[in-house]
Amino acid sequence: MISDFGYILLFIISGLVLLGVMLLVAKFLRPDNPNEEKLSTYESGEDPMGNAQIQFNIRFYIVALIFVLFEVELLFLFPWAVVFGNEELIAQTNGAWGWFAMAEMTVFIGILILGLAYAWAKGYLDWVRPKQQIPEIKSPVPADMYKQVNDRYGSK
Amino acid sequence: MEVAAFYGFSALAILAALFILFSKNLIYGAFALLLAFLGIAALFVLAGADFLGVAQIMIYVGGILVLLMFGIMLTQRAIQQEGPSRHNRVEVPITRKVWGFVIGIGIVGVLAKIIFSANFRMSGDAVSRKSTIKTIGVELMTSHLLPFEIAAILLLVALIGAAYLALNRNPAQ
Amino acid sequence: MDLTEFLVKTATIFVVFVLTLVIAMYSTWAERKVAGFIQDRMGPNRAGWGGLLQPLADAGKMFFKEDFIPALANKWLFIAGPSLAMLTALLASAVIPFGSTFRINGHEIVLQGVESNIGILYVFGVVALGVYGIMVGGWASNNKFSLLGAIRAASQNISYEVAMGLSLIAILMMSSSLSLGEIVAQQHGMNWNIFYQPLGFLIFITCSFAECNRVPFDLPECETELVGGYHTEYGSMKLGFYLFAEYINMFISSAIISVLYFGGYNYPGMDWVYSQLTSALGSETGHNIATLIGTAVFFGKALFFIFFYMWVRWTIPRFRYDQLMNLGWKKLIPLAIFNIIITGAAVLFLKPVITAWLN
Repeated sequence: MISDFGYILLFIISGLVLLGVMLLVAKFLRPDNPNEEKLSTYESGEDPMGNAQIQFNIRFYIVALIFVLFEVELLFLFPWAVVFGNEELIAQTNGAWGWFAMAEMTVFIGILILGLAYAWAKGYLDWVRPKQQIPEIKSPVPADMYKQVNDRYGSK
Repeated sequence: MEVAAFYGFSALAILAALFILFSKNLIYGAFALLLAFLGIAALFVLAGADFLGVAQIMIYVGGILVLLMFGIMLTQRAIQQEGPSRHNRVEVPITRKVWGFVIGIGIVGVLAKIIFSANFRMSGDAVSRKSTIKTIGVELMTSHLLPFEIAAILLLVALIGAAYLALNRNPAQ
Repeated sequence: MDLTEFLVKTATIFVVFVLTLVIAMYSTWAERKVAGFIQDRMGPNRAGWGGLLQPLADAGKMFFKEDFIPALANKWLFIAGPSLAMLTALLASAVIPFGSTFRINGHEIVLQGVESNIGILYVFGVVALGVYGIMVGGWASNNKFSLLGAIRAASQNISYEVAMGLSLIAILMMSSSLSLGEIVAQQHGMNWNIFYQPLGFLIFITCSFAECNRVPFDLPECETELVGGYHTEYGSMKLGFYLFAEYINMFISSAIISVLYFGGYNYPGMDWVYSQLTSALGSETGHNIATLIGTAVFFGKALFFIFFYMWVRWTIPRFRYDQLMNLGWKKLIPLAIFNIIITGAAVLFLKPVITAWLN
């Protein structure tokens, strides 16, 4: 007796076999003559500076943190959604079931919204944009002179 | 057939866990944790708890592990002789052997006590092939209503606390 | 173990695999043809009639091209990344209902890889796994562009997963079932979910664009900023896996959209067609032909959505990252929660009123 998940396991195994065969066949067919230039890390044609241990924006971490909490709440919603409109249960309780389930979930979603509103108001959901750096150039030509030139020739 | 699957997935989970224990590279450890989580999810499914299995994948694999990896990549120490000829592995610089051992033994002891004192209702019963999700839904709405709503408040508190900790100590602000 | 059942299932799995792969292969051809049409040029037209052999030529190139692993990359993870991406993409095809049933000698064969009780949750779990193909590959490359692309991909996927799940909840509230087969069966005839869930559909399709990393959400492989994104260091067959996984994901999400919102293999007047066919050709052949028509309708819908993906790709420019995050967290999630509340109120208020009015 194999259940549904047994077939999914069969699916995974056949997928792995397919990928393995494809990689293996490609390995035997293709040429293989590496050299140092080919094997170096790509950095737009320059010699690579350092390795890929780089600092990135801490916002990525915050987003993942908020996501974990929302995902847990989302998983609570799945069993609720399945039994919410269940006609047997509604018939058993003379229609009270739907209202009951809805009220409970309104409280639950209300708390979810509260969390979202908190994160929103505190600015955790804002993605910080880097400040634009406008280069200042000390030029002997004053800026308004460019404007005059643009005005004169811009209309043509 | 199912016995073979059970031992296969258990072996996967345990081997991955041992790899985490002995690997020095934190990122390898995180990817091995992925395998361990998948093995445990498969064990849940074998025990007939399909919703729990998917929940395990969605929360632990889809959420917490991503968070963990971001954490590892963000908190790594800048290594001085960082050059283009180094791998980008994140290694554990110090070992806290005694404390780690004590804490590990303590957690194992607590868990073992819970497992042995628990009265598993289903022991000896045949595994049912029906989906558990409807039962979970009805139970959540009726007999376990209070824990359910408390869980929501707990999540809210966790959200506020976590975001506060993560952002307010950022010196860049 | 029932051997015939096992063999039938193995054959079904094989067919589902081949179908998914062929459709993904010809999506690459279609993508270039659509791009050509939109940009007023020919597209591929050398290999075979209308360039129809082009995907085969591409596959040949993937096999014969030299493949090297950068010296500083982690060799095993570098290979594991694209394989994982491809595997997770293929896995989701297991639960898609391609049609109703086939009757052979009194046996009913379901045109679905696995008829699972928790079908849609399974798809959701596989989608959550999909991040790792990109994360593993991007990190193992030991390249700054790849790492940034991988982190962007992970962050983007998790952000849109919440809104996607919330829009799904509204569907589940109406269907009361997680099984994809049952959700389709409930949309019999013209009773499609799109008429009840237009807002949910919009949220869902936007999120599926983001989950597939397609334009306008293709920031993980944004050429202007990150060279090739997470697959900068990849070439040959492994790059092929990544690109192929993208097209498979596209097909899967198109199929899921047509199953959830557009009734899958249901079409208006299907009962009439069914009764005509069974009375003319007998209950077995007639049933099978009716099923085939339904499957053709299903593929028509799925292919339309694949076309829609391409249409959008060549029409809309890319988002900036802060715009992407704002759209996901500040617009789609509140809208999805609003949609759940509206659906709940409609099921409780309107449904009794309408059923009373109809009777």
